[in-house]
Amino acid sequence: MAKEIIKRTKLEIAKSPEGLEGPGFFATKLEDVVGLARKNSLWPLPFATSCCGIEFMATMASHYDLGRFGSERLSFSPRQADMLMVMGTIAKKMGPILRQVYEQMAEPRWVLSVGACASSGGIFDTYSVLQGIDKIIPVDVYVPGCPPRPEQILEGVLKIQEMCQNESFRRRESEEYKNMLNSYGIE
Amino acid sequence: MELLNKVNEKLKINFADSIVSAELLYDYPVFTIKSEVINDVLKSLKEDEELNFHFLTDLCGMQTADEKKLGVIYHLHNMPKNYRIRLKTFVDINKPDVATATNLWPAANWMERETYDFFGVKFKGHPNLKRILNVDEMDIFPMRKEYPLEDQTRTDKNDSMFGR
Amino acid sequence: MSKETTHTVNKEVIEEKEYSTLNLGPTHPATHGIFQNVLKMDGEIIHEATPTIGYIHRAFEKLAERRPYAQITPITDRLNYCSSPINNMGWYMTVEKLLGAKIPKRAEYHRVIIMELSRIADHIICNSVIGVDTGAMTGFLYIFQWREKIYEIFEEICGARLTTNIGRIGGFDNEWSKKTWDLINTFLKEYPKGLQEFSNLLERNKIFMDRTINCGPISAEMALSYSFVGPNLRAAGVDYDVRVMNPYSSYEDFTFTIPVGTQGDTYDRFMVRQHEMWQSLSIIEQAIKKMPEGAMHADLPDFFLPPKEQVYNNMEALIYHFKIVMGETDIPKGEVYHCVEGGNGELGFYLISDGGRTPFRLHFRRPCFIYYQAYPEMVKGIMLSDAILTMSSMNVIAGELDA
Repeated sequence: MAKEIIKRTKLEIAKSPEGLEGPGFFATKLEDVVGLARKNSLWPLPFATSCCGIEFMATMASHYDLGRFGSERLSFSPRQADMLMVMGTIAKKMGPILRQVYEQMAEPRWVLSVGACASSGGIFDTYSVLQGIDKIIPVDVYVPGCPPRPEQILEGVLKIQEMCQNESFRRRESEEYKNMLNSYGIE
Repeated sequence: MELLNKVNEKLKINFADSIVSAELLYDYPVFTIKSEVINDVLKSLKEDEELNFHFLTDLCGMQTADEKKLGVIYHLHNMPKNYRIRLKTFVDINKPDVATATNLWPAANWMERETYDFFGVKFKGHPNLKRILNVDEMDIFPMRKEYPLEDQTRTDKNDSMFGR
Repeated sequence: MSKETTHTVNKEVIEEKEYSTLNLGPTHPATHGIFQNVLKMDGEIIHEATPTIGYIHRAFEKLAERRPYAQITPITDRLNYCSSPINNMGWYMTVEKLLGAKIPKRAEYHRVIIMELSRIADHIICNSVIGVDTGAMTGFLYIFQWREKIYEIFEEICGARLTTNIGRIGGFDNEWSKKTWDLINTFLKEYPKGLQEFSNLLERNKIFMDRTINCGPISAEMALSYSFVGPNLRAAGVDYDVRVMNPYSSYEDFTFTIPVGTQGDTYDRFMVRQHEMWQSLSIIEQAIKKMPEGAMHADLPDFFLPPKEQVYNNMEALIYHFKIVMGETDIPKGEVYHCVEGGNGELGFYLISDGGRTPFRLHFRRPCFIYYQAYPEMVKGIMLSDAILTMSSMNVIAGELDA
């Protein structure tokens, strides 16, 4: 009667969080569900400055699709974005602008530093290049490479997803987080 | 070689005592001109009917090895006849004034700003001589040999171990 | 066919109006790169544009004074990073001109193949991004797949996708593997279909044509006075191509045509790049067909790393290897200017050597930096959306703009 279901692709449906299942209900922790929802719908803000930006374009294109992981909609407005992906060299002239963009993002926000230049200044140990964006904004995940392959950028995004899923609600209000932000001079 | 002679002849008509040197370096005729007349020389080369260097390929700066002079180097090109020459002019580092070439080629605008930004050569008559690539508040001219490459205000690197 | 724009009539009225200031800031989805434009606008029409650049100034020229000649190639990679092999080859040719080295024909033909492949890669980005800026995302997604194929070819040869550092001063270090040639031949067979598909989407598409014809035109005289080069100049009607005028690396052995536009508007720039891609394919086919036998590298013991078997067994080879890698080889004194036809036009390298292990002065003649000056002139009096399209059709790459 029922047609045989032939699975042609090895798709893994997102695992549901641990919980108690019953007829018509599923009880779990709110944090788990919210973490699951957040991690699969991170909207990135691609702050692409140089060569790593071209690798990002390749990541967004159809071969290494970033949209599979929920980041289909790129947001160029910081107020609508969750994840700031800084890709490329940040010069000292650009630093204040990056800082402004970061401050405009609403909590919860994550920062992914893609490439050697964004993580630490890269090969440009010069008077005009900021030696790492963690001098001005807090960074969650660093992706090394010059430029990193799209697979590495995707792994960076997956690590952010992992952090996103396991984050507790109270983290952004905690003393430790506030002290960390104050050390950067961000209110 | 014949382009070198041709240009040399044309320049000698009006600027015979301003040509410091004329030589052929790796297939390019190179002329060193005194800095006071460089604009007139460029104008005559551009407007001459036979030479007609209508295209400014490049304009850059340099500092001489003894660190006492700054140079401005022009690369000119005549496309229909495929003539390429290089002109150099040197000024003292304490008074680096050169006449601007923006009245002849609008393309010289940003190239002169870049030369000012890197070396401090002041172009007289330039419409907007500001820094272009570095931050506006910078007060040094970074490409000069006296200034180091790295940022001196870094605290996280220890150069005593692995020197530079 | 062409829209009658009325902004010239409005110009006299505009003088009494108030302008609003719009900051097309450094971070903007439509400016492909980091540069700022402060626009004084009268409604939708731009009255004045003031560009600010330097947001990605990485001090290449000062950095190059610190590095030995073989180590400068990674810096040249990052100039026009969409077509890095062309920058690399240009640098090698500059040093070879300084040394007076003669490169075997076989190596030069290989260089031509690499340069044309990277030119195709650069034009793919520019044209698909013009499509994206008019709203046509499909073209971008379809044709970027072919860029992955080019990346695979580069990866087989040198190990890197984007910033390639490909080849050596004097040629190539090794013969290319069979897999490389298979990939290149497959690309030559399959890419025309992909390019044709992309052309069918945009070239004779009425919406695209209406949007881009007469959008940001520039006349040939103004283009020459602003020192335009490359596809932007050819779109304005001047057939200047460094590969034909000052042939380098055996380009005189190949026959190809130079596509030239008429009005210098966005549609002409798009079409010039499209046709250049077809010409590049034909050049690669000619190079493969006429490939001569010979060495892959010139006889330059001061720059060519000796084979590894000798380095591990032979004392002189070990010393040479060490000297070459650390850059302690003898360079003649002199100054040289060499230019190649990059993705954006005449990319020039002005090198002054004083005999030391690093250059005394290295200056990059960057086409983007020079022709971007004309942007305020080109957008005076046109609407904001057309100005965005003009900027993306000029193919301004931030790495080349700021260096």
